[in-house]
Formats: sequence, structure tokens, C-alpha cells
Amino acid sequence: MSEKPILQKLAVLADAAKYDASCASSGTVRRDSTGTKGIGSTGGMGICHSYAPDGRCISLLKILLTNFCIYDCRFCINRASSNVPRARFNPAEVVRLTLDFYKRNYIEGLFLSSGIIRSEDYTMEQLVEVARLLREEHRFGGYIHLKTIAGASPELIAKAGLYADRLSTNVELPTEDGLKSFAPEKKPQTIRKTMANVRVGVEDAVDARKDRLLRKARPPRFAPAGQSTQMIVGADSARDDDILASATSLYSGYRLRRVYYSAYSPIPDASSDLPPVRPPLMREHRLYQADWLLRFYGFDRAEIMAGASDGMLDLSIDPKLAWALQRRESFPVDINRAPREMLLRVPGLGTKAVDRIIAARRLGAIRIGDLARLTASVKKVLPFVTTPDWRPGGLTDSANLRARFAPPPEQMSLAL
Amino acid sequence: MAMREIILHQPGDFEEWRSHARVLLAARIPPEDIVWRHSGESASLFADPAPLQPQRTISLLRELVTIADRVICHRDDGVPSRLYRVLWRSLDDRRLLERRTDPDTDWLMRCDKAIRRDLHKMHAFVRFRRVGEDETGRERFIAWFEPEHRIVRLAAPFFRKRFYGMDWAILTPDARAIWHDEELHLGPGGTRDEVPDHDVVEEQWRTYYGSIFNPARVKIAAMRAEMPKKYWHNLPEAQDIAPLIAGAEARVERMRETAVSLANPRSDKWRVRGDTETVVPETIASLDDLNEAVRACTRCPLHCHATQAVTGEGPRQARIMLVGEQPGDREDLEGRPFVGPAGQLLDEALAEAGLDRKTLYVTNAVKHFKFVARGKRRLHQNPSTGEIDICRWWLDQERALVRPDIIVSLGGSALRGLTGKSASISSMRGKVHALDDGARLVATVHPSFLLRLPDRERAKVERDQFVADLASAKHMAESLA
Repeated sequence: MSEKPILQKLAVLADAAKYDASCASSGTVRRDSTGTKGIGSTGGMGICHSYAPDGRCISLLKILLTNFCIYDCRFCINRASSNVPRARFNPAEVVRLTLDFYKRNYIEGLFLSSGIIRSEDYTMEQLVEVARLLREEHRFGGYIHLKTIAGASPELIAKAGLYADRLSTNVELPTEDGLKSFAPEKKPQTIRKTMANVRVGVEDAVDARKDRLLRKARPPRFAPAGQSTQMIVGADSARDDDILASATSLYSGYRLRRVYYSAYSPIPDASSDLPPVRPPLMREHRLYQADWLLRFYGFDRAEIMAGASDGMLDLSIDPKLAWALQRRESFPVDINRAPREMLLRVPGLGTKAVDRIIAARRLGAIRIGDLARLTASVKKVLPFVTTPDWRPGGLTDSANLRARFAPPPEQMSLAL
Repeated sequence: MAMREIILHQPGDFEEWRSHARVLLAARIPPEDIVWRHSGESASLFADPAPLQPQRTISLLRELVTIADRVICHRDDGVPSRLYRVLWRSLDDRRLLERRTDPDTDWLMRCDKAIRRDLHKMHAFVRFRRVGEDETGRERFIAWFEPEHRIVRLAAPFFRKRFYGMDWAILTPDARAIWHDEELHLGPGGTRDEVPDHDVVEEQWRTYYGSIFNPARVKIAAMRAEMPKKYWHNLPEAQDIAPLIAGAEARVERMRETAVSLANPRSDKWRVRGDTETVVPETIASLDDLNEAVRACTRCPLHCHATQAVTGEGPRQARIMLVGEQPGDREDLEGRPFVGPAGQLLDEALAEAGLDRKTLYVTNAVKHFKFVARGKRRLHQNPSTGEIDICRWWLDQERALVRPDIIVSLGGSALRGLTGKSASISSMRGKVHALDDGARLVATVHPSFLLRLPDRERAKVERDQFVADLASAKHMAESLA
């Protein structure tokens, strides 16, 4: 096979990587190139250097090392039986691209994944080698996200953790049955074991730092930005309830920083048993909202699903509002007295607005006119709160409260 | 009182503004008596009033100084004046910044947010072009950028930290930042034509940009919210936005039309061959066979959420077998029994009883971790009698293979797994029981029970009792040997 020019390879291997939603460059340690001959810094909330017309952030150079793959996962553009063009980078080419892009301030770093070639271990070794070259030969201090190949040996995972800021293993489908029928070569247990290896690596490294005897000692870090995963939404028959159950179990079991939900999107040369429909973007959005409620708003899954029907979240209103409409007896709440946990449950109030409210009410009663300075969504909040000069009266219980927020049906089809 | 006019010569310069403000505050000049102007604006309308005399010492809020340092970069001409007003008020109201509902604080925070956003966008959207390298191979880059506010001095440290190992310059209409010979210089503004209009790598970047875009999920408003059009003319990739959007629909349509195709004929060569199901041994003749079979167990639903089955561990010749309840969080992750907090306590107690764990066979009544997910934790749940009874299948085979003289049951679940009956530990403790296969049973508590005791006195008593139980198992084994 003749070698493809670099531009062509880049086109194939970026195209092959775009179905991985994760592009975060946040959550890692603060690091910079001061005093070195190298380049690269990380820390804080991460930076999105560009946005594609799909609205997604471009933070990292997100590519596959190769899109040849011995697996045949039916939802995947790179499955063995697909007729898409194939290409393969060698590690030096990826290093070159990463540095060239980084020096021009196009990216925060590299997100490297790969099709499985030869074996899980062989593939993982190749990924680790790229990260090693960047860190050791080129003193690259930018962000590195490596895909961990499920089933790769714990020793390789341990090596990957030394170079990478973040590791991720995709569960792909939220249920065991889904995986069995769509990704026959992938085993849920293998995926979970790989995640367990990463969690143990992260926690052991954190413990080693805590237990060091000398403050100057520098035990090696291990994937300081933790691990994440991705689930594809809408390719199989899993319901939102299954998806959130799976997410909850993964968050608690493997301390994931993030679960990404990726609306199944038509791919070139798709397998015939997949829905050739528009990606369910609104469903994806609602799942992210529900995920946020689980992690930052003190909701549990059963509460979120109380506002759902038949295991599916309401597409026309957000899950917090859906919950609140089912639990109107808990409202309105007094903005000036309600505990933080209750304020977090008010539709329209985010964590930042709640923090601002709590800080402001210490210095004097909040009145209705003050609300606009504390939150951007006053109109949404009004039916659910009271202030000394505001009572929603019958609004909280009014039958058409839902209609105030739900968009009319024809807009819905556009949103999808 | 006469109006005072303050002329600022360097817009966005914090030190210049602050030195004026300090003098004015010390002289108790109220905000409404001051007009702030930038030099170059229309000539003075006011006669110079008398020179200022300090009338008080002032101390500024540190947080306010930090914010003012940023906000003074705001391009709105009213900023120096209103900032002074905030400073003035903060001398009497030390909690002013906490009053988010105060109009002045609200204004300040909004300005600060605008600056921080502009700064963040500058960190993101500056695009360097390579202009060569020096004799040591150190590369040189240059960029043209148009920030909304006068933020070059605020943005420069970020670029210094990130690009320490190369030389670079960022030119804007108001100011420039230059990093050369490991020193940062700030200088006057420049023009776009000082920067070359091309870089060879831009072709690769644009290829990447076009390829990473998913035409099936066009969301233009989301893109423009985060990457406003005003930045586009300095982003090389932005020229591709319009054609990408225009071609998206047709690309998706093509994908739909050609959805079904024959499998790639070459794929058979590189695909995983054959059945990848785990092969479970048909007859179990050794502990290895048994462990292989346990790992593939799906006899009850517990395997669905646990990471892995945790098999027993220890020599087949072991004379003493320890049976716990089920793996915990740590055991589930590592795939080994008793490696978490309860395992540490067990190890200490074994040592005190004079037992070496390496000589024992250690296992659990139930092989998978049962838990409920609660936020970031997995909370242990007791296995049901049904789950213990189903898993007894494995425990019985372990007993048949190891054939220990003594079995120590740790906790109630172990007791159930060994006897098939539910009995209280206290009724069984301190006596020796014969099990149906002839092994002798020593019943004691589970080490995690000891970890949960809040009362230290009681914990000590219970712990001593636990060690004594282990020691009695040891003596029993020795007397049988």
C-alpha cells in the first residue's frame, strides 16, 4: 500500500475521530514551560481554540493513530467491515502535527485514540509511545488525552497514566445487551476492569503524594485530570433511565470526571441495521442536563425519572423543571430563607446564581427587583419563589404552567 | 466646590489611574467633582483648582484593586470615573463587593466579566505565524490580534508561560507584547501588515477543522455564541465556515443514500477471528479451573454492575480457610479478596494471632460486590440469603478442592454460605462445630464490623476477641497436624 500524503491522512483520521465527543482540556494540574526550552502549559478551565459549525469546541487535536480496526462494532465508522478509506500515522507524524499546531496556538494539546490493530496491547503501546515522545523528547507541557484500549495490560495503563493528563475508556453502549448485539468483540467486564485499573492508578498516585515524607519529594503523577467515558445515545433501544443508571454506576465505581453522551449520528457507509435518522440532539442535551442534576444539584436518578415518562426524559422542557412540575407542593420557596439544597432545586437557578443569592441575602433581604442581578432567568424562576414583595399566588399551581415553558410543537421538530 | 479634571495619558494603564485615584481619595474629593479625560480629547473646560492636600490615609480593598486592574482596560470611556466611584464608596462600605445587588457592584462585576471573557478569547484565538528561527534553532512567531478591550498587558503572561521556549510577538492596534531572549517587552500598537499573511501549517489546520466538523449536527448559533463573528477575520479556519455549512446537507444526504453497502471484502483478513467468548472449563479439576469459571459467572444479577468476580486466594494445601462476606469497593477494583480497609485490619489481627496470611486460603461467601451507587461512592449492601445460597455453589467447590481442617467464618453471611442456615454469630461463637464435610467451624465477626464500632472501649474488647478467635483456629489446626 502506498503511503498517503500527510494532509490526506489527517483528513481521514480526524474524520474518524469526530464521533468521540470529549474534547475537554480542563481539570488537570497547573503546569507551564517557564524556565524550560520547551513549550506547553495547562491548568484551570481549559481553552476552546475554535468552534466548528456543529457548535462543538475544538480544544485538542483529536485524531486516531489509525482507523484500521479488527473489531466490528456496528455503530462505528471504523468497524472492520466498513468501506471507508483507511490510513495510519506513525508516532513521529503525530508528534510533529501536535507541536506545529500547538506553537501556532491552534490547540491545547492532543487527544489520541486508535482503531485496534493486531492486539489491544500493541495498540496501547503505540498510543503510549506518542505520549512518551511528546513529553520526554520534546518537553511538551500541553494537555494529553489518551484513549485507554479496553483489555490492555495494567502495566501499559500505568505507563499511559504517567504521560497523559486524562485517560478515557468508552463504554459505547449503556446496556450489556446493547453492547452484545452492536459491539460483539467488546466485553463490559473488560471495559470496567480497565476503568478500575485507571482509578486505582489515580488514587495510588494521590495517596503517594499525600504520604510523602519530604515536601520536595515528587512522586509521579497519574492522569491528574482523571478518566472519562462516552456512551452513544440513540443507536440501540436503551432508554434514558438505563443510560443514567449506567452513568451513576460508572461515576461511583470509577470516579469518572465526566460521562459524555453522544447522539448517534449517521456515518458514511453505515451498517444497515442502524437508524439513518438525524442525531437526537435534544435527547443528548437533556441527558447532559440530567447528568448535571445528578452531580451538582443533589438529585438522584429516581427523582429525575419522576419527571419522565416511560423511562424517557421530557424533550420539550428541562429535567429540573419537569421534576418541579411534578412536585409543586414543594414550591414556592422563600429566596431569603430556603436552604442551599432547596434553592438548587428551583427551575432557572444554577449553582452560580445560588451562590450569589446566598452571599447577597446575608447583607439584606433580596427583593424581586434584585433578582435580575443574581440570575439571568427571572421569568422562569418567578412561579417557584417568594420574596418580601413577590408571591406567585396561583401561578405555581396553574394548569398551564408547563405550557409557559414548553415550546410550541412545530419548533420542537426544528430543534431536533 | 470646583470641578477637577484628570487627564489620563495612557488608556488602560492601571498605575497611572491608581496614583491619581489615591491622591483624590486621600484629599476627600467626591466622585461627582471629578471629570476624567483621556489626553487627545477636547481641551480643558475647567481652571486648575488648588493643589490637593491629603486629609486621610486610605487603605484599599485588595480584591477591589485586583478587579480594578482588569476593569481599567475596558474600552468604555466612563470606566475611570465609575471605577473611582466604586473605590470611593468602598472606603465606607467594606462589604461593597459582596453586595451583588448594588448597582455599582453589579456594574463592576459585569465589566470584569467582559474583560475576563475577552482575555479568555484572546488566549484562545491568537494565531501565530512562523517567521523563521535564530542560529540556535529557536523558532520565531508573530501574530496579529484585535481584542475588544486594551488587554495586551493582561494577556501577555499567559503566552510567556505557555511559549517560553520560542520567541514570539503579538501585535494589536493598541499595544504589542514581545517575548525575546526570555524577556517580555510591552510596546506600542502596530498594524496588520507587520505580520505575514500566511503560514504553511495553516493548510493542515484548515484540513483538520473541516474534517472534525460533523455535518449531521449543524448548530451555527452555538458556534457563534462562543466564537463571535468579530474574531473571525483573524482566524484562518473561519474562511471555511460558510462552505462547510453550505455543503453539510448534501453530505448527510449522501450518507443516507449510500447507507447500505457490502462489507469491506478485505476486512475478513484483519478482523478478530472466531468466537471471543470466554472459554469456561467443563470440568473443574483445579483451583485455576474453578477461578476461571467463577470469573465467568452470571448465575445471579450481581455480575452486571461489579467490575469483576473476586476469587479465593491461597495455597491448595492450606489447613485453614477464611471465609468473608463479599468483596468491597477496593477488592472489586483489584480483583483480590481482603485488600481494602477490612483487609488491613484482618492482616493485623492475623499477625497478632501468629498466623501468616500466605499459608491461609482466603475467600468470600459471595464473589461479586453488591452495592448501591450514591454520588461518588458505592455503598456496600448486604447480600441477600438468595444471593449467598446461589454463590454457595462456588464456595462448596472451593471447600472440596482445598479440604481445610478448619474454616473460620467471618460474619453472618459466611456462616450462611457455609451451613446453609442463618444463625447468629453469638450463638455459634466460642464453640467448635463440625461441618458436613468434617471440617471444623470457628465462627467469628467480620473485620468490617470492628471498623464500624464507634465506642473505643467496646472496639478494643471486640478486637481482642476477634484475635482470640483467630488464635484458637491456629491452635486447633496445630493440634490436628
